[in-house]
Amino acid sequence: MTASSDVGYHAQRQARWHYGEVAFWLIVLGCGFLFPSRYLIMTDILRLALFTMSLDLILGYAGIVSLGHAAFFGVGAYAAGLLALHGIITEPVLALIVAGLAAMVLGFATSFLVIRGVDLTRLMVTLGIALLLEALAERFSNITGGTDGLQGIEMQPIFGEIPFDMFGKTGFFYSLAVLFLLFLFARRVVHSPFGLSLRAIKNNPLRAAAIGIPVNRRLIAIYTLAAFYAGIAGALFTQTTAIASLDVFAFERSADLMLVLVIGGTGYLYGGLIGAVIFRMLQEFFSTITPQYWQFWIGLVLVVIVLVGRQRLHRWVLYVPNLVIKQVMGRKAVVAVPESDA
Amino acid sequence: MTIALETRNLEKTFGGLRVTRDLSLKIEQGARHALIGPNGAGKTTVINQLTGVLKPNSGRILLEGQDITDLPVHKRVLRGLSRTFQINQLYPDLTPLETIGLAVSERLGHGGDWWRRMGTRSDVNGEIADLLTRFHLLDVMNEETVTLPYGKQRLLEIAVAIAAKPRVLLLDEPAAGVPESERHDILAVVGSLPRDVTVLLIEHDMDLVFSFADRISVLVSGALLTEGPPEQVARDPQVKAVYLGEEAVNV
Amino acid sequence: MTAILTNLFDGVAYGMLLFVLACGLAVTLGLMNFVNLAHGAFAMAGGYVCMVLVNRMGWPFFAALPLAFVSSAAIGIALERTLYRHLYARSHLDQVLFTIGLTFMSVAAVDYIQGSSRVFINLPAALQGQFDVFGVGIGRYRLMIIVICGLLTIGLQMVLAKTRFGSRLRAAVDDPRAASGLGINVPQVFAFTFAFGCGLAGLGGALSAEILGLDPYFPLKFMIYFLIVVTVGGSSSITGPFLASLLLGIGDVAGKYYVPKMGPFVIYTMMIVILIWRPNGLFGRTAAR
Repeated sequence: MTASSDVGYHAQRQARWHYGEVAFWLIVLGCGFLFPSRYLIMTDILRLALFTMSLDLILGYAGIVSLGHAAFFGVGAYAAGLLALHGIITEPVLALIVAGLAAMVLGFATSFLVIRGVDLTRLMVTLGIALLLEALAERFSNITGGTDGLQGIEMQPIFGEIPFDMFGKTGFFYSLAVLFLLFLFARRVVHSPFGLSLRAIKNNPLRAAAIGIPVNRRLIAIYTLAAFYAGIAGALFTQTTAIASLDVFAFERSADLMLVLVIGGTGYLYGGLIGAVIFRMLQEFFSTITPQYWQFWIGLVLVVIVLVGRQRLHRWVLYVPNLVIKQVMGRKAVVAVPESDA
Repeated sequence: MTIALETRNLEKTFGGLRVTRDLSLKIEQGARHALIGPNGAGKTTVINQLTGVLKPNSGRILLEGQDITDLPVHKRVLRGLSRTFQINQLYPDLTPLETIGLAVSERLGHGGDWWRRMGTRSDVNGEIADLLTRFHLLDVMNEETVTLPYGKQRLLEIAVAIAAKPRVLLLDEPAAGVPESERHDILAVVGSLPRDVTVLLIEHDMDLVFSFADRISVLVSGALLTEGPPEQVARDPQVKAVYLGEEAVNV
Repeated sequence: MTAILTNLFDGVAYGMLLFVLACGLAVTLGLMNFVNLAHGAFAMAGGYVCMVLVNRMGWPFFAALPLAFVSSAAIGIALERTLYRHLYARSHLDQVLFTIGLTFMSVAAVDYIQGSSRVFINLPAALQGQFDVFGVGIGRYRLMIIVICGLLTIGLQMVLAKTRFGSRLRAAVDDPRAASGLGINVPQVFAFTFAFGCGLAGLGGALSAEILGLDPYFPLKFMIYFLIVVTVGGSSSITGPFLASLLLGIGDVAGKYYVPKMGPFVIYTMMIVILIWRPNGLFGRTAAR
């Protein structure tokens, strides 16, 4: 191979579909047929995965720390709820997109605040915005239903054809389809020059500017996209559970999100998906031990993970799976969690 | 004789300290211009102002006759002004392939492309391959930058600046910290830069300065002490006085 | 007019309380560049200790206050020596995650032990009610807060400015490496300061039971306020957070009185606006290292 085609080959290598990835999605799809009694919790995992993926886009790829990502989730949730409740847009997919756009607008508007300042400032500003929205939602309870939330949402059939059923089957496949499509798009974006420039900005913003990257513009773009994704996750939540209440804005939601990413790993898109599964299972497990105080265990897990160190933890956890993969498919297929200190 | 890069009465103050005093520099098109001075003279501060990392308190900066004083960093790069950093500023997690690939993409205007996959443009690939070869980085192109030996990192630092195809290149101590065994590569690369690129070099290594530069400016405490061809500067008693006790000047 | 003065008085009391609560956090951030979101948990601990001592064991209020300080300081030292010090070199994100985890644990633990309803500390008669000064309602409790917190602030300022420890602390905040080069034992300075800050938080927690309300969710509810004080006030001095706390206290009280429909917005909007205008805080650098 000439140097040039060698370069081309290696540059594209990361973008190629890995065996493991295909297997992963097939398994997820399979779960939909294998566990018909567990649609509700599986849908919950899918929504969480989408929400976490949106945070990964800004945290794992662009290095923006946010403690208030629930703001966009909440806007999406309420938008979808209100659209359905007042019959403004009855077709779910259309409403989903519009709700996502609403969150996107908020994301764009607030992105200017977030690109300024250091990490701590960003934490504060994002947290402040989420709290502000929560307070707004509470204050305007005539629109939002206050602490009780929106009551009596009824979802119309998707595309007018597929009705939402009691068992959550429609909800599951609907959420899966949305997640997969958005995942594909995100995958495309992160493997593009734009995506690479984000990683460069995260690694060294000074250097990034010095090679001509318009840093602020790129950050605004990804932040807006992430807000769109988070809004869609929120809208999915309302559409599949028919509820929208104040806790869509709750700080705990943003904090749980961080934990999911910590468990799953940042910067390779699958972190949110894998982390969501593990997190939800942990949550179920802890709830059975101490139903009211499971937050204690979540906090403990967080503390332990940070103390042990995310990279070390991933190496331990992946030790056995990687041994298996090495045997079956050879060295190249081994999973390494590309983890940098976010 | 066209002027590639120029400052007019550049002033910079930090708190109460004047780090750049009324600095007026003129660097000719195609020149090999060196900026020397004792530690703390403010050389890197000048580079930071030229590139836009720091904003001067007053004065103007002109690139090829155009006033760039108010342009942000990345816009200056797109106008043809590129730099290396005294301490490597690279991307720890990215490979040389990705690092240079990004620089080339940005220059060609594809940097914001979010749809096309990296590595699918053959013109870009060709250029990347060419740069990697010239800078002896082909064999390590897939290693993460943080794992590379310092000499290779320094070469990468210069390669990234060159990838922007600058018309004016600012080199901030390119040989700094490079072990003796790897210096040769650096010096060779700097010496082989195309003649139509204007180079401003900051260096402490006098061998490099006197073999490379055709004009030298001496900066002391933020102000221009003297300026001229190497032989003249080397003989200047003021320059010798400034450097005596600093380091042995091998002239 | 009297309403304005009463609000001003209440706002100042609130602000000074916030200052005592938050100044430990400011020092932690300024000194060790460590983001301790669990700060509120130390405050809560002090509050509950005081409650138990006064309500269950019959201690006088003013005798229980110092113990609130001591108990929180003790917990602070214990946690700092065992857990916190492993995280000084880590990223802010790691510190945030770790301290959020600690917060969750403390919230759940207190909920489990004491139940989730708000607790009140039995106040001595001298502190109850208010007296009138030219028509302005001066609450006795709030007056006490202003006095205690005012004395503490002056004391802190004097320690910082006039004692050797104070100058070591200031040197370490300014430039830790240079300071240790001068022979200052920076880790020791920090451990002591961290414990002191936790103690102050504990004291503040005990004092705030009456005004802010003490329940297991205290650390989460008030975290944002402490963070506002620190980011707006900066962490390179005491005056910055002090002024920021006063601003916040008066702003909050005024907001709730004059525009009750918009209560919490005033604070959050103020914070966002200030942070846009000055990303490093009103008064100085916040962890600019």
